[in-house]
Amino acid sequence: MGKVIVVTSGKGGVGKTTSTAALGAALAQRNEKVVVVDFDVGLRNLDLVMGAERRVVYDMVNVIQGDAKLPQALIRDKRLETLFLLAASQTRDKDSLTPEGVERIIGELKKYFDWIICDSPAGIERGATLAMRHADMAVVVTNPEVSSVRDSDRIIGMLDSKTLKAENGERMEKHLLLTRYDANRAERGDMLKVEDVLDILSIPLLGIIPESMDVLKASNVGAPVTLADARSAPAMAYFDAARRLAGETVPIVIPGEKRGLLGKIFGRKAA
Amino acid sequence: MLTGSEDVNLLLTKSPVDMVNTPLTKITKVLTDARSIRIKGRSFLAVVLSPDLPLDEWLVRLDDLAARSAGFFLGRPVVLDVTDLDIDRAQLTDLIAGLVQRNVSIMGIEGARPSMLSPGMPPILKGGRPVADFEQPSTEPSAAQPAPQPKSASAETRAPMQSIVIHEPVRSGQSVIFPEGDVTVVGSVASGAEIIAGGSVHIYGALRGRVMAGSVGNASARIFCRKLEAELLAIDGIYQMAEDMAPSLRGQPVQLWLEGDVMMAETIS
Repeated sequence: MGKVIVVTSGKGGVGKTTSTAALGAALAQRNEKVVVVDFDVGLRNLDLVMGAERRVVYDMVNVIQGDAKLPQALIRDKRLETLFLLAASQTRDKDSLTPEGVERIIGELKKYFDWIICDSPAGIERGATLAMRHADMAVVVTNPEVSSVRDSDRIIGMLDSKTLKAENGERMEKHLLLTRYDANRAERGDMLKVEDVLDILSIPLLGIIPESMDVLKASNVGAPVTLADARSAPAMAYFDAARRLAGETVPIVIPGEKRGLLGKIFGRKAA
Repeated sequence: MLTGSEDVNLLLTKSPVDMVNTPLTKITKVLTDARSIRIKGRSFLAVVLSPDLPLDEWLVRLDDLAARSAGFFLGRPVVLDVTDLDIDRAQLTDLIAGLVQRNVSIMGIEGARPSMLSPGMPPILKGGRPVADFEQPSTEPSAAQPAPQPKSASAETRAPMQSIVIHEPVRSGQSVIFPEGDVTVVGSVASGAEIIAGGSVHIYGALRGRVMAGSVGNASARIFCRKLEAELLAIDGIYQMAEDMAPSLRGQPVQLWLEGDVMMAETIS
């Protein structure tokens, strides 16, 4: 049976979709069967980041409403043959997701895939609660700033109360993925430090993704950053995070602690 | 909203904090006056009526009940539960009028869609907690039962203080409401979370949210925390906002108590 992961945050724009795609591609490169599922009905983005926007014929709402079979709606990645996408509908809204329909889809996906990664929409409403409902494990994406941290805290509270696991009295495994981290700005006090965020949220750290232009570049060419440029700093951080998800012990490095000459110059310029 | 949790612990409810609805935001405006305003929480037991369709038949059955026990609804707070009831504004208006005609005074409506409401209707109530089913009057018309005592929090009826311990952080948006006694949190209370306790509150972690101790009129309640970064503190209705607190207390282990109407604070080691 596959493992269901929800990538969630509460706040929008912190990097849920980027992280879903990057972690999905990183896990698929370990030859594990991965499907990334977009729950953001009405505002779908994952297809763009995966570079599959022109290949979406059927989406999740079609499957829920019985217009298509699940295998018809699964889009295989052109670069990695173990990576699949289940797109969200762009023309509907989140009310088209039914709890029964989502349960059926997740149950079916669990039979065929090792990892089911659900990209949650922002907010705490229906879309977000349905995305987390069947998860075995949660990746909470947070930026090092106060509003994102507070929203993540809210989401963690919901993960502990509104998910099936929580209702069955089990403990939901939660991991913090700190994205858009800039060590220089954290040092200057413009951003929260890693330890501050961990202190407030008190959940284990899955990884720290450095703020980088490579992420934007990758989205623009329609590739998860772990596929577009596997040697870039964010890609390496996502690879490490994926290894930790898979249960390996990988020491966590705070990005930007050791910087070369170029890094120093750019670091100053970015300020 | 409370699915699954009722049978676990009725007293510990975690529900979203609705910042808009709390009267607390007004507090800052009266700070210029030396006297503070006391705002307290009270819980009362209300009868909840859940009508079903068709409404005229339901009203007939209600009349039948009223005939068996005259004055059953007299002077009782009644909440109208219209959850899952497929009616529109006009029907709701008629229903309320029908109830008023029968001397049933509605203090609030539960589960209504905003579109069903018009000005002048009783206010929306949210976050009700179920209690044991209300006993209907027996068939003998004379068996007038004494009205159930509202769950009052007066000192005379207060049972021996109880306490609850919460072993995990209280997250933003959660609220722990425990009018029966002390609350201990082994963990932090996040910004945007709140603890409302009838007794004292002990936080073994950082306190970043709101804490209201002694909420049922207990001036001897205290607040203790490992690290004070609270948004709002209250003991027995006396409030203090973050900006009213001495900066030297920030981030420190602190205890707070009341002396008269003044909130006192000192660091503890």
